[in-house]
Amino acid sequence: MDIARHWRLKKHRYALQTENQAEAVLAVVGPSSNGHKPHLEEQVAQPETITGEIYSFATVFEAPEGYQEFAPYPVAMVRLDDGSLITAQLTDVDLDDVEIGMPVEMVTRKLRSTVEDRGMLVYGYKFRPMLRQ
Amino acid sequence: MVDQNDLLIPERAVGIVGYGAYVPRFRLPASEVSRVWTGGNAGLPIKEKSVPGPDEDVATMSVEAARNALSRAGIAPTDIRAVWVGSESHPYAVKPTSTIVAEAIGAVPNTQAADWEFACKAGTEAIVAAMGLVGSGMADYALAIGMDTAQGRPGDALEYTAGAGGAAYIIGPAEEAMAVIEASYSFVTDTPDFWRRAYQKYPEHGNRFTGEPAYFKHIHQAGSALMEATNTTPEDYKFVVVHQPNTKFPQRAAAKLGFQPEQVKTGLLVPEIGNTYSGAAIIGLSAILDEAEPGDRILLVSFGSGAGSDAMALRVTENILTRRDKAPKTQDYVSRRTEIDYATYARYRGKLVMK
Repeated sequence: MDIARHWRLKKHRYALQTENQAEAVLAVVGPSSNGHKPHLEEQVAQPETITGEIYSFATVFEAPEGYQEFAPYPVAMVRLDDGSLITAQLTDVDLDDVEIGMPVEMVTRKLRSTVEDRGMLVYGYKFRPMLRQ
Repeated sequence: MVDQNDLLIPERAVGIVGYGAYVPRFRLPASEVSRVWTGGNAGLPIKEKSVPGPDEDVATMSVEAARNALSRAGIAPTDIRAVWVGSESHPYAVKPTSTIVAEAIGAVPNTQAADWEFACKAGTEAIVAAMGLVGSGMADYALAIGMDTAQGRPGDALEYTAGAGGAAYIIGPAEEAMAVIEASYSFVTDTPDFWRRAYQKYPEHGNRFTGEPAYFKHIHQAGSALMEATNTTPEDYKFVVVHQPNTKFPQRAAAKLGFQPEQVKTGLLVPEIGNTYSGAAIIGLSAILDEAEPGDRILLVSFGSGAGSDAMALRVTENILTRRDKAPKTQDYVSRRTEIDYATYARYRGKLVMK
């Protein structure tokens, strides 16, 4: 069941948010109210842009089904600032410019369509070179 | 003649508490379109236009602009009570873009969400609605976005200019605003200057009919009426931005309203990114907010085919100085450019038949 699988992962995929983070934010911020609410920084830290650097990378020339329209495209292991290592596609970068140690930031992009032209669009995180150095 | 009663001014003063722009990195020079379709003999309405990458659409572009707006606003995404996305290039024919954006920025589930359509003024339409939602006291914050990945038929005049980009605005209480929206006025008639019928891939337009009876008439009526009803003149404004489908039209429309080129140039982005449709006027506004000083007044007039214009008078506040550097500026996106040729553009925009 493709749709259910993608739906379950949306929080993680759209914003690279873990289950624990999602629950923590909800617990601190709480449900909405009509009264004026203090700014976020007064309650919890504003989620920073998720950044890291390229630990290793490769280029996909023979893409799996659903990804052919993007080939060739770079994929990388990204060492996030918190030390964790994650695998993701790179975007907004020319293949020749990718290098180990390149600072990158998380963006939300289209990953694929479940069925060409008429399927559900699947969105998720990718990394790109830092927009602002 | 219009008077104060025709203006749209909420009981509770409102303004822009956060804003963010987005422009994709690819650029197609207008000379490339001319090379392919006229042997290089066409007059060029702009220098180049922005083109979305194959993994970009109005949803992903809106998410980034909205994140930028949130960074400047400094509010919790869960405090947003409406996520409204204005566009004529929503990724789905049926299924809201706005729910994808709301989910990605963390505004769900206690929020309104809807997609707006009014050709190129869907974004300002959403902003005016947000003014009403916040201004009535129903909500403290509402997110209004104007974003497009515009399409032009290959070889058509629109293909030179149909670009991609836009901006997101969080409307909130005036006391928290980076710019207070002092008044707005909308002017609407039934004018068939541009349309796209159901199931058609490319829009149709009325060629020269898109000028005087549509674009110029509506922008002039809305802009002049707002100034008349607010008892202001062009000299009262530091900046003006009007819908920008090509380089000449906005300059002519602003001049007709009585503005000088100096007041126009900061928000005039169309020569470098093309016509971003629902995003065109409001990304010009974001470029202005990146540069404006407290106390500066700004006149914005959008235009949407069909047809109508929303005019807004804004005044920049001291908050601009402490919050605008919390996110990338509009020029950060404009200057991030990778030039592509017509073949790459054709691939990225799905113009190649694969089966």
